[in-house]
Amino acid sequence: MLAAITLLLVYQLLGEVVALVFALPIPGPVIGFAALFLTLVARGTVSDGLRDTANGLLAHLSLLFVPAGVGVMAHLGRLREEWEPITAALVVSTAVTIGVTALVMQALIRWKQRRSSR
Amino acid sequence: MTPKLTDIWVYLSASPLLGLTITLVTYQGAYWIYKRANFHPLLNPVALSVAALVALLKVTDTPYQTYFDGAQFVHFLLGPATVALAIPLYAQLDKLKAAWLPLAGALAAGSAVAIASAVGVAWLLGADRTTLVSIAPKSVTTPIAMGITEKLGGLPSLTAVLVVSTGILGAVMAKYVLDALRIKDLSVRGFAVGLAAHGIGTARAFQVSEEAGAFAGLAMGLNGLATSVLFPALVWLAGWRSL
Repeated sequence: MLAAITLLLVYQLLGEVVALVFALPIPGPVIGFAALFLTLVARGTVSDGLRDTANGLLAHLSLLFVPAGVGVMAHLGRLREEWEPITAALVVSTAVTIGVTALVMQALIRWKQRRSSR
Repeated sequence: MTPKLTDIWVYLSASPLLGLTITLVTYQGAYWIYKRANFHPLLNPVALSVAALVALLKVTDTPYQTYFDGAQFVHFLLGPATVALAIPLYAQLDKLKAAWLPLAGALAAGSAVAIASAVGVAWLLGADRTTLVSIAPKSVTTPIAMGITEKLGGLPSLTAVLVVSTGILGAVMAKYVLDALRIKDLSVRGFAVGLAAHGIGTARAFQVSEEAGAFAGLAMGLNGLATSVLFPALVWLAGWRSL
């Protein structure tokens, strides 16, 4: 478990350093996430310790959002002022995103099936 | 008695222990309610915890910074948790290879539509630029979304609230939208929910079926990556650098 946590932190640190050195607008942990994924693909296996630690951390993923969420305190004024555009954007965009994603994926699956059955 | 209690409060409120403990206790209470309500999407534990903690801080007149001095230990774990998302994504590698073309097409379309429609609607209705940047990554899992917003001059904590709201909305609406479009394939349904509504949508998809859940988790990871590349690129193209 200690080795797994260290590994996650090393990849995060690596990501932060890459983001800083190349002045990338991508968050460091995201680069660490991509680098770890590629490492796993290259190695072809995940150790039990790493899988258990990751599962443990991700099982309580929603807890980790709470401190940042409480920061809404500082934005109550903005939310009160802009609640109409914010609410409309969230509702419309979420529905449209679900619909478009599903339709595109379904169309491509059917297209692939038609091509392979020909 | 009263002055003594006040002394204790003054001591405790200055120490990080209180902020940290209260976060853990509140979350577990909220999760208990969520579980008792059979995981009803409207009783999302993050939403409940945030509401309770904000009320508590307001009542005790505690500044957010004082609370965050303790809660930052929880917040810090978002970084390693983001890196850890690589492991469930790797578990889907076979599915990723088998259906890479439909997945890549759906990812590109969904990711672009998620950003463009959120920013577009908010802009049409007059939201200011800080709000626009903060709302753009609303479909991406919180640790990634906050990182994106922070880099581009938005408000990470506002993004966190918008992301959680999006997750709840997506989990509630998905069934109706997908039924209306007559989408039956569980892998397609799962992927669409995970892309639009990240972890909260993924949790919802897992309650429907294992297959939908796996594809939702896959979509969540991929969209996190896609948005963190796509959105900065769009900002750069739109010449928004002056933010």
